[in-house]
Amino acid sequence: MSIESKPSPRPASPADAPLKGRDKKRDWASRLVVLLPYLWLVLFFLVPFAIVFKISLSQTVMAQPPYLPVFDLAAGWQGVTNFVAQLSLDTYTLIGSDDLYLLSYLKSLQVAAVSTAILLLIGYPLAYGIARSPRGLQPLLVMLVVLPFWTSFLIRIYAWINILQRDGLLNDVLVTLHIVDKPPAWLSSDTAIYIGVIYSYLPFMVLPLYAVLEKMDQALLEAAADLGCTRVAAFWRVTLPLSWPGVAAGALLCFIPIVGEFVIPDLLGGSESLMIGQTLWTEFFSNRDWPVASAIAVALLGLLLVPILLYERLQRRALAGEN
Amino acid sequence: MRRGPSIFNLASVGLGLAFLYLPIGILVIYSFNASRLVTVWGGWSLTWYRALLQDEAMLSAAWASLRIAALSATAATVLGTLAAVALTRHGRFRGRLLFSGMVYAPLVMPEVITGLSLLLLFVALNVDRGFWTIVIAHTTLTMCFVTVIVQSRLIGFDRSLEEAAMDLGCPPLRTFLTVTLPLIVPAIAAGWMLAFSLSLDDLVIASFTTGPGATTLPIRIYSEVRLGVKPEINAVCTIMIAVVALVTIVTSLTAKRGALRHDRAEGLGTQV
Repeated sequence: MSIESKPSPRPASPADAPLKGRDKKRDWASRLVVLLPYLWLVLFFLVPFAIVFKISLSQTVMAQPPYLPVFDLAAGWQGVTNFVAQLSLDTYTLIGSDDLYLLSYLKSLQVAAVSTAILLLIGYPLAYGIARSPRGLQPLLVMLVVLPFWTSFLIRIYAWINILQRDGLLNDVLVTLHIVDKPPAWLSSDTAIYIGVIYSYLPFMVLPLYAVLEKMDQALLEAAADLGCTRVAAFWRVTLPLSWPGVAAGALLCFIPIVGEFVIPDLLGGSESLMIGQTLWTEFFSNRDWPVASAIAVALLGLLLVPILLYERLQRRALAGEN
Repeated sequence: MRRGPSIFNLASVGLGLAFLYLPIGILVIYSFNASRLVTVWGGWSLTWYRALLQDEAMLSAAWASLRIAALSATAATVLGTLAAVALTRHGRFRGRLLFSGMVYAPLVMPEVITGLSLLLLFVALNVDRGFWTIVIAHTTLTMCFVTVIVQSRLIGFDRSLEEAAMDLGCPPLRTFLTVTLPLIVPAIAAGWMLAFSLSLDDLVIASFTTGPGATTLPIRIYSEVRLGVKPEINAVCTIMIAVVALVTIVTSLTAKRGALRHDRAEGLGTQV
């Protein structure tokens, strides 16, 4: 990115230099531009994480707030040392030793990995088809893919409950067509979770893929064809390698939030094996165990740190590419 | 010569769109079902819409959601636009890496983590939870989406316009207000819309940061849905879908017209 590589703190135009008074004013205004969102994010994004981390090292008590130790500034230095001495890794030992938590993590990873793979299989042909349709039609098709994303998540999941319930439409169709004799229970199963996840995240997969495929130079495919490459071979050897950034962006954009998904497994899934988002929710709202809930959040974040950093790099590089 | 779409292309687009729209279509149709049983078709009727008008709890939840969405989207648009300007126009500044990290991370952060951490902050600060805490939480979540949208617009347009204004002695703030801002207004509007609909949609973060007396529409719907499918819920959802669809179509049409107009003004005409 050319802005990144500039050595001066702000891009100075030649006319700027002699106008000292204006320069000062500009400094003040430009500092505010950075400071305002910066402070907001520090206060409401970074500090909360520090608090989560701190509480994950606390112990659960029946009190308000339901954890110990509470930071006591009034007690001065003594308070600080007491506070530090009372911190413990108990919650992490608990999460590490109880199978419940480990299984939740594994289940979340499994659901996210399998759904992301299926999303790629469905999303790629869809994005490819849109990118190959007539230019004038493309904005409309993109809007049709995005529109469901603008409607509520909850509504889209709810729509599937209508269809998947035992006397719902899917079973009606299956029984009428004599595909099954006895209507199976779709709800409260992993199948339902997968359907819900794939349905909800499809736009997230299609958009980055489309963005890459649409920019691709058609001449490359023609060159491949001229050189005797079949359409299928050209896809594997030209299109797919070139669309790799879109594949990576789409996969990360889906995988990361799916791991922490709560609403979909809660409404569509069964109660025997929970995803980690549900476990966190239950620990917090039902068991009122804030330290354990915080520890789960920290562990979940640790798990997602690598994919999140990868995603950020991609995002920054994509913006740099546009520049 | 570009090759036209193949049968495979047509089929994948057709099937993909059918998959996306069939469930919503079924939901909309069944909201006009006269039967109390959700799965039995009893003819067309507006019964459930009438029932909805009597549902005080649902209406007040909807009103609360709309107010929260409008307030948080506005705050998020201001903060998000500032962040986008900071990231694209300020080159290097101290803590830039942390700043851009904080801007992109919320986009993919699982909602349970964001919700939990904000709640614990409000508890630590001893703030009464309710309407305003949800507004703050949603502002934090949605400003990052605004930043990404505005940022890509800021990167996309011709910087020589700003430079020309400044070369002619226009102070930076005025340059921003008279040159930059009009150019990025479509992106800002799109950002506001996205922030508004994300806030209207959010269940998880609102559930964590809400307090007594502040029930949003998703929280209300969620508690009803857990008890099973109800025709009234079909009706609420249909209204929400209609509103969102209408607003999206109107915005994209006006944004397109605006984009065309100023492309012509810029004499570029390269953007669609």
